[in-house]
This record gives sequence, C-alpha cells and structure tokens, in this order.
Amino acid sequence: MSEKQLSKLFGLENSHQIDVYIEQDGYRAVKKALSELTPETILDLVKAANLRGRGGAGFPAGIKWGFVPKGVDKPKYLCVNADEGEPGTIKDRYLMTNVPHLLLEGIIITCYCVGIHVAYIYIRGEYEMVAQRLEQAIAEAHAQGYLGNNILESGFDLEVYVHRGAGAYICGEETALLESLEGKRGNPRLKPPFPASIGLFQCPTVINNVETLANVPSIILKGAGWFCQQGLPKDGGTRLFGVSGMVQKPGVYELPTGSNLRDLIFQHAGGMKEGKRLKAVIPGGMSSPVLKADEIDIPLDGDSLMEAKSMLGSGAVIVIDEETSMLDVLKIITDFYSHESCGQCTPCRVGNPWIRKIVHRLCQGIGGPDDIDNVRRLADNIMGKTLCPLGDAAAMPILSLTEKFREELITSLNERRQES
Amino acid sequence: MISHYPNKEAALLPILHLAQKEQGFISASTEKQVAKILEISPAKVHEVVTFYTMYNRKPVGKYHIQVCANLSCSLLGAGSLIEYLGGKLGIQPGETTEDDRFTLTLVQCLGACEQAPCFMINFDYYGDLDETKIDEILDKLE
Repeated sequence: MSEKQLSKLFGLENSHQIDVYIEQDGYRAVKKALSELTPETILDLVKAANLRGRGGAGFPAGIKWGFVPKGVDKPKYLCVNADEGEPGTIKDRYLMTNVPHLLLEGIIITCYCVGIHVAYIYIRGEYEMVAQRLEQAIAEAHAQGYLGNNILESGFDLEVYVHRGAGAYICGEETALLESLEGKRGNPRLKPPFPASIGLFQCPTVINNVETLANVPSIILKGAGWFCQQGLPKDGGTRLFGVSGMVQKPGVYELPTGSNLRDLIFQHAGGMKEGKRLKAVIPGGMSSPVLKADEIDIPLDGDSLMEAKSMLGSGAVIVIDEETSMLDVLKIITDFYSHESCGQCTPCRVGNPWIRKIVHRLCQGIGGPDDIDNVRRLADNIMGKTLCPLGDAAAMPILSLTEKFREELITSLNERRQES
Repeated sequence: MISHYPNKEAALLPILHLAQKEQGFISASTEKQVAKILEISPAKVHEVVTFYTMYNRKPVGKYHIQVCANLSCSLLGAGSLIEYLGGKLGIQPGETTEDDRFTLTLVQCLGACEQAPCFMINFDYYGDLDETKIDEILDKLE
C-alpha cells in the first residue's frame, strides 16, 4: 500500500513555515543524511531506488548525479528546474507553495551527495508569488542553520538562490535553462557535452525537476526498498498528477506510479463534468500524444505509456469532452508551439508557423483533406530534426491527433466550409 | 543581486525584472543603462528583452491582465471570456485602455490549469473565472 509523501501536508495550515514543517518531522532527512550517511551511501540509495525524473524525460536521478566528474577543480552547481511551462502542468507550484522546505531538504541532500555548494532554483517568472515564498523559506532555513556555512555542524556549506525566468517555455529544456540562467536568450545547447560535465558557467551541473528532488528526503528516511514498493519496482514512488479540463474535480492527485489513468479521471478527479462525455485525454502535458477515450485503461508509468505510443511526461492530464472540436484543439496546440519555438533550428522555426497557418485556414473552412496530409508531412519533417526536444514536442501531438481524429477533422472542415 | 552569480551577465534577467518593476516597461535607454552596469553590449540586452515575453517593450496599464488562452482554459470557456473582457474594457488583446488603467494580453499556459479559466492581474492569479467573477474582480480594483 502506498503512502502520500509529497502531498501529505497539502492543506495543513501554514505548512510552508519552517516551524510547522519541523513539527511534522521536517528536516529529519537532512539531519540523518549529514550526520549518518556519506555522499557515496546516498548516491547508492538513490540509484537503488531508481528515482526517475519527474520533469518529463524520466531519466533516473541517481545515474544523472553519478555522471558528475569527481576531482574536478571547478565549482559544481545544482539547477532546480521549476520552470513548469508544459501546458497542463501544475504540480510543482503545489509543492513549492505548500511545502517549500521539502524541496529545500531535497536540494540540501542532493548537493551534499554530489559535493555542490551553490544551487539555483530556476522558477518561471509568472510564479512571482511562489518565488517570494521560496525566498522566505530559504531565509527561514538559513536562520535555523539548515543553509549557509557549516550546516548543522557538519562542515558542509550551501547557498540556494531563486532565479526568475521571464516567460519562455523553452527554458524548461535543461540546456536552455542554463543559457537563461547565464543571462542569455534561452537557446538550447548542442549535446554532448552534457551538463553533468560542462553545464552552468562551463562547470559540472546537475539539473533536476522540483518533484524529483522532493522525493529524495523520503528515500533517505525510509530506504530504497520502501520507495520501490510504492508504485512499480522499476519506476517507484508516487507521482503528483495534475488533472485539468472537463472533469468534476480538477486538481493535483498523488498516486503510485502505475495507477490507472481511467481511475485517476473517473474516481479521483470525480469523472466528467455533468452532461459531458469523454472524447480524448492528453496524458502527460501538451506534448504527449493524445489518447482516445477507449485507450485510457492504462497504467500511469513511463513504460506503459510509451507502449501506447504516448508518454507520461510531466503527469499533466488534460481531459477533453465530446463537444470540443479536435480541430480547435489542434489550433491551440499549433499556436503554442509556433509561439514557443526559440528560432534556432530551421525545421522548428519555419515548420511550426507553417503548420499553424494551415490549421488556422482549416478552422475558417478553407482548404481540403489533403491539407491534413500537408500538416502531417511538415510535422514529420520537424520530428527528430532539431537540437532540442521542442521539435518533437510539437510534432508528436500534431501527428497523433491528425492520425486518430482524421475523420473528425475532415467533418469539422466541411462543416466550417459550409458555414463560411 | 549580482553577488549571487560568478559573473555579472547572469544577473541580466533579475535586473531587467527590477527595472520593469520600477518603470513598468523596458525602454531603449533602460537597455543601455543595464548594459553599462553589467558591462555587456546593449545589443545583448536587447536580444534578451525581445526573447522573453514578460518584458514589456512599451508602457502597460496600471493593471496588466494576462489571460491564458491555452488548452485547459479554452476547454472551459476562455475564448468567450476574452471576448467579454475585451468588450467590457473596450479594447482588443494587446491594447491598453485610454485612461491607462488596463492592458489586456493573451498568454500561454500560466500553470494554474486546475483553476481554468484563469488570468493574472499584475502578479496575482485569479481562477475559476466567469463573467460575474470578472465583474467582481475588476470592481474591487482601485
């Protein structure tokens, strides 16, 4: 049976304040890590737990940390990815608002493990109120000796700074985030070199999502075996799923990985809004390929969704009803990626606005069914042909939607042609 | 602010945020000033200001209403609320009212999809919007 780890304090009054957090057993993991465990032991623990990244790519955190070279005569950095720009994604805002100290605990333990003394939380600029809360939490942690020099008399030093983005989806991509943090346009870098060896300010850098780091304290306290028992053996722990769209109770739900998508929508989120019927679900943020209503009886874990040719992404579930036109959904998707392409790679910079133009025409009833093929051809020419994953992120939902809802798109087009 | 980073240039985004907080937008002369402080070229500042959507390149109203037009909000009626707001304020998205009180901007996902449809006014989020709620919110503003 799984327990709530991340969201157990959500809703508790003043859970963001350090005294309340400590009363609820907060900072025990930091104390244990710094006084009883060596960095090597922690790395082994997190590797054994196979904690997979919660930001979208699902890469195991322990392996990422292990890539950071040892004995390099340069500072190392941790960048916390709190950019949360993937449409539908709301979970990190909940974490940072309700339990900023849980994130700080995760940061302190991670930095102790990897030998890092400066961490930046890169937060999207719109989350100004959340950023202020984080700064308040950092000040509280400083005052009580959990940050700064010689933390809890351990000899370990750490400073954490909040860095605000300024409105660019691409900065959630890890190398664009680094560029942005360095004071530049958020143009992704070519990999390799990977950030673990050459990252922020040309130094070894770990980049982890907020939710990933928030899982670290419970692994320290309860062990890797316990973590693997929550959820699936190879993809353990719980996840925060954000549900939005046409459901009764949109919100954030913490469930073990491998929970059923249908149950998430129809039990936890209360099912469809009154009088609405399910048409489609976007299971992992806007860039994940769409699932039809009869495809949602599926476990919510990376491997299962990949088998279904979609992805778990950031766990952001968007529920679409029968009355919504998929042509309008397609328009919003193409608007978004066309707007957010950083402009560096030609297929993405040119392809996305081109697709958008065609789709906008279709929405006005101009064009024919072969335009859907043109859209698919263009999307296919973006897929896999860009520096960063934004190209794929744009192409994947467009390709899946135009494949699965082709008939509907043609019907909508014909209806609008008659109207216009 | 600069001391948080090993080099000055990294403080560019925070300094631009500060400048915008003081002045409401980033003018060409602000860009030049910032470049001088951080010892980088004005062109470098300009390319950053034009890359990020949150930096206003012209003055905005006292209340900058940024409405999410992305998927979850659109599913729940953002489109008609945007029309309603435009009608109420007498402006199109991208415009500012004549008395400089309101600017209406359409933005991408604000990360508050569970409260869709939503908007932000300056840095305050408002969710679960409908026409009545919008009236109430705007009435309460000074």
